[in-house]
Amino acid sequence: MLGVAVKRVEDPRFITGKGRFLDDIKLPGMTYLAILRSPYAHANILSIDTSAARQMPGVVAVFTGADIPYNPLPMAWPAGGVAGIQNNVNMPRVLATDDVKWSGEGVAAVVAETPEQAADALEGIAVEWDPLPTVVDAEKATQPGAPQLHENAPNNIVFEWTVGDKAGTDAAIDAAEVVVRQRIVNHRLIPNPMEVRGDIGLYNPGTEEYTVWMSSQTPHIQRLLLTAFVTGIPEHKVRVIAPDVGGAFGTKIFCYADMALVMFASKAIGGRPVKWVEGRRESYQSTIHGRDHITYLEIAGSRDGTVSGIRVKTFANLGGRLSTIGPGIPTTLYGRVLSGCYKIPNVWCEVTGVYTNTTFVDAYRGAGRPEATYVVERAMDLFAAEIGMDRAELRRRNFIQPDQFPYDNPSGLGTASGGAKIYIDSGDYEPAMDKALAAVGYDGLPALKAEAASRGKLLGLGLSTYIEVCGVAPSKWIGAVGEGWGAAMWESANIRVHLTGKTVLTAGTSPQGQGHETTYAQVLSHELGIPMDDIVVQHSDTQGTPFGYGSYGSRTSSVGMTAAIKAAGKIREKARRFAAHMLEASVDDIEVDGADYFVRGSPEKKKTIQEIAFALDLGFDPPEGMEPYLDETAYWDTPNCTWPFGTHVAIVEVDRESGHVDLVRYLAVDDVGRKINPLIVDGQLHGGIAQGVGQALWEQAVYDDHGQLLSGSMMDYAIPRASWFPPIELDETITPSPVNPIGVKGVGEAGAIASTAAVANAVIDALSGFGIRHLDMPYTAQTVWRAMQVAEVQP
Amino acid sequence: MIPAAFEYVRPESLVEALDLLAAGDEGTKVIAGGHSLLPLLKLRLATPERLVDIGRLRDLRGIGAWEDGLAIGGAATYAEVLASDLARERCPLLGRAIHDVGDVQVRNRGTLGGSLAHADPASDMPAVALALDAQLVLRSAAGERVVDADGFFLEPFVTALRPDELLVQIRIPGLPGAAGTTYRQLMQPASGFSVVGVAVVVARAGGTVSHVRVGVTGVGDHPYRATAVEAALAGTDGGPSSIAAAAVHAADGQQVNSDIHADREYRTAMAAVYVRRALEAALADA
Repeated sequence: MLGVAVKRVEDPRFITGKGRFLDDIKLPGMTYLAILRSPYAHANILSIDTSAARQMPGVVAVFTGADIPYNPLPMAWPAGGVAGIQNNVNMPRVLATDDVKWSGEGVAAVVAETPEQAADALEGIAVEWDPLPTVVDAEKATQPGAPQLHENAPNNIVFEWTVGDKAGTDAAIDAAEVVVRQRIVNHRLIPNPMEVRGDIGLYNPGTEEYTVWMSSQTPHIQRLLLTAFVTGIPEHKVRVIAPDVGGAFGTKIFCYADMALVMFASKAIGGRPVKWVEGRRESYQSTIHGRDHITYLEIAGSRDGTVSGIRVKTFANLGGRLSTIGPGIPTTLYGRVLSGCYKIPNVWCEVTGVYTNTTFVDAYRGAGRPEATYVVERAMDLFAAEIGMDRAELRRRNFIQPDQFPYDNPSGLGTASGGAKIYIDSGDYEPAMDKALAAVGYDGLPALKAEAASRGKLLGLGLSTYIEVCGVAPSKWIGAVGEGWGAAMWESANIRVHLTGKTVLTAGTSPQGQGHETTYAQVLSHELGIPMDDIVVQHSDTQGTPFGYGSYGSRTSSVGMTAAIKAAGKIREKARRFAAHMLEASVDDIEVDGADYFVRGSPEKKKTIQEIAFALDLGFDPPEGMEPYLDETAYWDTPNCTWPFGTHVAIVEVDRESGHVDLVRYLAVDDVGRKINPLIVDGQLHGGIAQGVGQALWEQAVYDDHGQLLSGSMMDYAIPRASWFPPIELDETITPSPVNPIGVKGVGEAGAIASTAAVANAVIDALSGFGIRHLDMPYTAQTVWRAMQVAEVQP
Repeated sequence: MIPAAFEYVRPESLVEALDLLAAGDEGTKVIAGGHSLLPLLKLRLATPERLVDIGRLRDLRGIGAWEDGLAIGGAATYAEVLASDLARERCPLLGRAIHDVGDVQVRNRGTLGGSLAHADPASDMPAVALALDAQLVLRSAAGERVVDADGFFLEPFVTALRPDELLVQIRIPGLPGAAGTTYRQLMQPASGFSVVGVAVVVARAGGTVSHVRVGVTGVGDHPYRATAVEAALAGTDGGPSSIAAAAVHAADGQQVNSDIHADREYRTAMAAVYVRRALEAALADA
């Protein structure tokens, strides 16, 4: 079944409305929690009067920050780990107590008999505010005179982190024949999973145990964080369950105040269940945002097309307080892969993390890597334009060559402390680019442009030759001092082959729509010869699944499924030993072919795994020292990340009069290693590409100077629509990853990482006749029209 | 995203509906498809005390002939208009404009009359109604009056409709002979509403432009007829230079909108571009 495009086993239930998402859960005696959110982006709370709300119909309880005995949310990934980088940490409280730092921060909560009554009662809470000056732009926030958010963070600076070789890069830039400088904004995005977030808390006064349902990518981690850091409730007294999760894009990795709030509230009201589900508008204000970098880029090299260095200074907007791993995204996951797939010998990157009066920012599909890819892919186009070299040719001259792997990149992937060696282990970049250029007819571009011009359109083609870091991550690296988040990132799986041969695989990973119930079953069917229909994959419940770190960073196929393969190997070995016992043969003589275990040279002397399971699980007659049951658990810590790569090509047409941009062709050649299910891979690429194109052309979170979110709903925040896309053309090269037995690399983020830069480069190519070398996204009609209006060159 | 409490009434007849509105109570809102009102209710930007649901009143549904034009029920859905052979035959412009409204679900629930009565300054249907010289039949318990579309739209979300009145019918006169029509829109990508939307009805007679109506939405604080464009084009040959000369007047006299999607300068420029394009397309058809 490995490599077969089977239809997803999840789809019948999802497509026919039989999925069980958080808000589908109805419990007897359910109450409903609503959160009063700050209308101000920066204000002191002078008083909160909840007396009127308490008297409103159906109200069970009203809480303010003063009622909540819990700690603030945990900071899991300071920039630079704890390696001497000062992180001025300010975490959200479960409910704000003294002040608010963004419009939408929670200040009080109502529990009521119905959602309607809870919403009504919010209007009965009177808060006396002392509004304070606001700043929403990360660069402006660091300047003298800017409003100050936190006493412990002068100039609103969370941290100043650097990576690379400053002296070497400075020298390379000083000595360079050509240096191109550009300010580049990677604007803020709102993630928009189809299902918003929500939680249900249920306290059992008899056992003093809690059950928390949450729409989460990381139920095990949330149990750990909520117990060990926030509530002080013992970990073994809490069970966390993520039901079907309708998308996440990273937003559901994190620890949110509402999770602790429903636990607190359920206990406070005597053990009735408490449900909170955010509205879409609320989600826009209180679930994490993505990106939001302002970057000063310098790229240096010679006119022959050799790039000798890049120097980058980035202001990363992290919001009013920090999200769980906010500082880790624009540092480790950004600066360390800034040179992409290029052999750029000198890299220096400074990142300033900044507080502003905005919603917190954390990992959003790709997390740091799209920002890095955008910078380096724009940089390559800028440099090519400056020296008058073809963009593909410049890339070709600077690619890391196949014989240069393993490659330690100069922004420090290979030099992490803690003894872990992280390097780009494999790749072959030119064939992917050549395939893409041939497919798109790159040599015929001038003719395409001329034809479009005859229709009043400016045609542009953009390339993005990207790499990605997937399969996160070796624990020694991600847990290392100075690097990651002080925790491991291995994965786990348990396999039980029951008496009837029906098999249950439980995994520590947690899908959000990726089809893991299908792909795990494909892998297991391949490993054990058990039909897919006989395999069920269970996950996302801390009771009954082994501890796992959850699903994000394309780690499930590479790390999680390797744990499953390892567990399957244990099953196979035990089955072999028992088959030898059943067949009265030596273990060494038992051969395995799929589900069949037979004596070498005598294939008629055979037991199937189903027969073996029946006998061993009954356990009447195990051999000396063998325990009954085919039940094995394995843990897997990957020795390296995986390194997908590829070339994406976008062709756009700009309407000369209106500035409207049409994406007319999109072609991607991706190398994601061996594929478990090509159908699912294609789906991931389609969605990721659409999301990345969305950033380039339409999506943008907009705040006014007072910190009010102007793009506060889908009426003003433009989600891409299917009808705006041409058919997406996909092709592949396959360079198996050496770090796992399947050779899989992961594909969750590739589309989103590559496509933004491809479209940006295409739009700017279309505008090149105006002398335009750079333009900040999103390329809305107005933005493009104005760029043409003000351009010094009018073709 | 939960509306404040309200009373919900679903009258069984038009007479009953008009009786419910007779007091002229500002706290009472009429709902048909709900696709404009419900989002406002959910955000609590509108908190009416009572909703009167006219969506199922048979008297207000249906599409029939009116003289050589159309009579469309005040609560007829977009989908009904799209499905009507008569509407397609007598007024293709309606289908052209409705095709881009929302999605299938929205068109199955949303109503032409509701869009006109709601009068969002960026919605498409008012521009179409203006270009078609539509007449709006407004009825109250006290009687009936007919108001021209030109004059119906007063301010953002404000029309000539009184609180005690229902828009019971939209009358669309027959088009002049050999008329060309079109609807052109620069869409705000998030909402699907118009940054600029232009509806045009135009006809030639004896080599000159004999009839021209230009309805514009998204640009001003309410949808309007671009009368300066019409005046400049009428009587000309309708050639490219006449069109271009007329189109520059697209936003004349308007308080042009400005928001995060399109500022005043851009909207003004696009009004001219889209009026010109719409005129070119419609005249090519005429």
